[in-house]
Amino acid sequence: MSDAHAHSVAFVRTEVIPQSPPPAQQTGVMKWLRDNLFSSWANTLLTLVAAWLIYLILSAILPWIFNGVWNADSLTQCREILAGRTGACFAVLTERWNQLLFGYSYPRDLYWRPVLAFAIMLVAIAPVLFFDLPRKLLIVTALFPFIAFYLIWGGPILTPIVALLGCGAGYVVFNRYGKGNFAAGFFGGIATAFVVWGVGGFVVDLVRPETPWMTPVPSRDLGGFMLNMMLGVTCVSLSVPLGIVLALGRQSDMPLIKGICVVFIEFVRGVPLITLLFVASVMLAYFFPPDSTVDLFLRVVIMITMFSSAYIAEVIRGGLAALPKGQFEAADSLGLDYPQAMRLIILPQALKISIPGIVNVAVGLFKDTTLVSVISMFDLIGMIRGPILASTEWNGVYWELLGFASLLFFVVCYGISQYSQWLERRLATDHR
Amino acid sequence: MAQAQELMVSDEIAIDISNMNKWYGSFHVLRDINLKVRRGERIVIAGPSGSGKSTMIRCINALEEHQQGRIEVDGTVLSSDVKNIDKIRSEVGMVFQHFNLFPHLTILENCTLAPIWVRKIPKKEAEATAMHFLEKVKIPEQANKYPGQLSGGQQQRVAIARSLCMRPRIMLFDEPTSALDPEMIKEVLDTMVSLAEEGMTMLCVTHEMGFARQVANRVIFMDAGQIVEQNEPEEFFNNPQNERTKLFLSQILGH
Repeated sequence: MSDAHAHSVAFVRTEVIPQSPPPAQQTGVMKWLRDNLFSSWANTLLTLVAAWLIYLILSAILPWIFNGVWNADSLTQCREILAGRTGACFAVLTERWNQLLFGYSYPRDLYWRPVLAFAIMLVAIAPVLFFDLPRKLLIVTALFPFIAFYLIWGGPILTPIVALLGCGAGYVVFNRYGKGNFAAGFFGGIATAFVVWGVGGFVVDLVRPETPWMTPVPSRDLGGFMLNMMLGVTCVSLSVPLGIVLALGRQSDMPLIKGICVVFIEFVRGVPLITLLFVASVMLAYFFPPDSTVDLFLRVVIMITMFSSAYIAEVIRGGLAALPKGQFEAADSLGLDYPQAMRLIILPQALKISIPGIVNVAVGLFKDTTLVSVISMFDLIGMIRGPILASTEWNGVYWELLGFASLLFFVVCYGISQYSQWLERRLATDHR
Repeated sequence: MAQAQELMVSDEIAIDISNMNKWYGSFHVLRDINLKVRRGERIVIAGPSGSGKSTMIRCINALEEHQQGRIEVDGTVLSSDVKNIDKIRSEVGMVFQHFNLFPHLTILENCTLAPIWVRKIPKKEAEATAMHFLEKVKIPEQANKYPGQLSGGQQQRVAIARSLCMRPRIMLFDEPTSALDPEMIKEVLDTMVSLAEEGMTMLCVTHEMGFARQVANRVIFMDAGQIVEQNEPEEFFNNPQNERTKLFLSQILGH
C-alpha cells in the first residue's frame, strides 16, 4: 500500500480510522499535574513554596477553628476552658446570636416576625429573579412590602392597608389615563395616591386601637444583620427603577428633565455616602416641620437609595450607549412609541449589558449598609463595635465576631454574584 | 426584463415631497428635493456615497428631521407631532443596511412585536401573519431561532418580513444588500422582486443596477444632496443626460 502512495499524488481513503484512546501520559490527573504544577523546574519550585505557605496558613487556622469553644459565658471562661491551647471563642456567637441578628432591643418573643418576613421575602423575590417561575407569584412580590412592614414594625393593621390602597388607587389612575397621556396618568396617579394616603392617615389616627394585634416596634429597636438586610433589600429594589428613570432622563431631549437628572446624578456621585448619612441623621430634621417625625430608617433609606441610584443610572447609561443606533431606529421605524420602544427593545438589551455593573453597585450598596453604624444605628457592625465588644464579658473577641460578620456578608454577596452570572448566561441570545 | 415595469401604477400619490431642505449644522445635505411617488411605483435611488440618498428616504419616515419643505405620506402631512410621526411610521416599512433585528427576541417575536403592540392585533393572529410572511421570504423553519443564529441574507429577509407584518403601504429600503456576501445578495433581491411584483410601492437606495433595470419603473440619481436626473431605467442606463450621471455609470458599470 505504501508503495502505491509513493508513486502517485492522488489519494482516496477507503476505510475510516477507528477511534483510539489518547496515551495515558496525556490524560487525567497525571497530565493535569504535569501541565499545571510541574511543567518546569521553576514551576516545581513555585508549587512547593506555595504548598508550604498553604500548610503554614492552614496549620494556624484549622486548630483555631476546631478547638473553638462554643459554650462559655465570657471570654475569661473561654480562656480557662482552652487552658493555653490555640482556639477560637465562638461562644460569643452562641450567646449573642440574637443581638447579632436582630439588634439588642428587638423584643425577644417577636423574633418570629422578621424571620417570617424573611421567608416571605424569599418567595417574593423568586419570580423577579427567576422569570421562568409562574407569573402569578408576582402578586406576593407586590404585596410583600406591605406584609413585611406590618410584620417588622407591627402597629395598627390599617397602616399597611392604607398604604396599599394608595398604591392601588394610583396604579388604577395611571392605567386609566396613562395610555392617552403619559404625563397626565403619571402625575395623576401620584396625586391620587397621596390623597388616599392623606385621608387614610387621618382615618388610621381616628380609629387607632388601644392594643393592636401586632405589638408596635419602633425603628430605633431594629438592629443587627436584620437591619442590614432590610436596608439592602429596600435600597436595591428602589434604586434600580430609580436608576433606570435617571438614565433615561439623562438621555432625554427635554432640557428641563435632562438638567434635573444630570444635576442630581453629578451632585450625588460627588458626595461621600457618609456625608449623606449624617445629613439623614442630623440635618434632615431641620428641613422637616418641627413636629413631624420622619423615621430615621426612612431617612437612611432615602439617602442610600439616592446614592446608589445615581451610580446605577450611570451604569445603565453605559448600557444604553453600547446599543447600536440601529436598534433605536428599527424600533422607531416600526411605529413603536417611546415607552414601548424602551420597554420592549431598548431596556431589555441595555439592562442585559448593564447586569455586571448593576450587580457591582448592588453588592457595594449591601456592604455599605454597615456604614449606618457611624450614625449610631445598631446594625451588625454597630452591634459588634458597640454593645458586644464594649461588654465586660466579650471585650476583645475581635476575630470571631468580625469573621462571623464577614461570613454573613460573603454568603449574601457571593450569592448575588453567582446569580448574576447565571442570569447573563440565561439571557445570552446573541450567539457570538 | 421589462415585465415588472408593466405592473400597475395608479395615479394616486403615495409620497409627495416638495421643496425639502435639510442641514446638518451648517452643512446643506438635502437641497430642494421635489419628488412625487405614485402608488405602485418602484423607485431606485442611486448616487455616490454622501449624496444624501439614505438621508432622503430616512426623512420620509422621520428618522431624520427635515428643516424646510413639506412631506406628505399617504395623505398625512409629516409634522413634528409624535402621534403623527408614529402613524406614518406604522404605515411605512423600512429595511436597513444592517438588518437591525432585535437580538434578544426570536425571529417570530421580531415579526409579531410591532403588530401586537402598535396595531393591537391578538397574539395568535399576529403569529399567523408572521408565519405567512416568513414563508414568503422562505424561512419559516427559522421562526424560533434568534437572529444571531441566522446568516446575513436570512436576517435581511427576516427584516423584510418584519416590516411586511405591519402591512405597510410603502416600503423603504436603505442599501439592503450592501452588508451581504455576494451569494446572499441574490436571495434578498429575489424577495424584493417578488414584493415588487405584488405591486408594493417601493423606494430602494441600492447599488444593484441589475435590480434597478429589472424592477424599477424609475431611477433617481442623486449627487451633492440634489436630484440630478431621473428617468425610466432603460433611458437612464442607455442614455444618461447629466455629466455627473455619465461619470457615475461609467464607473460602476465599467467592470
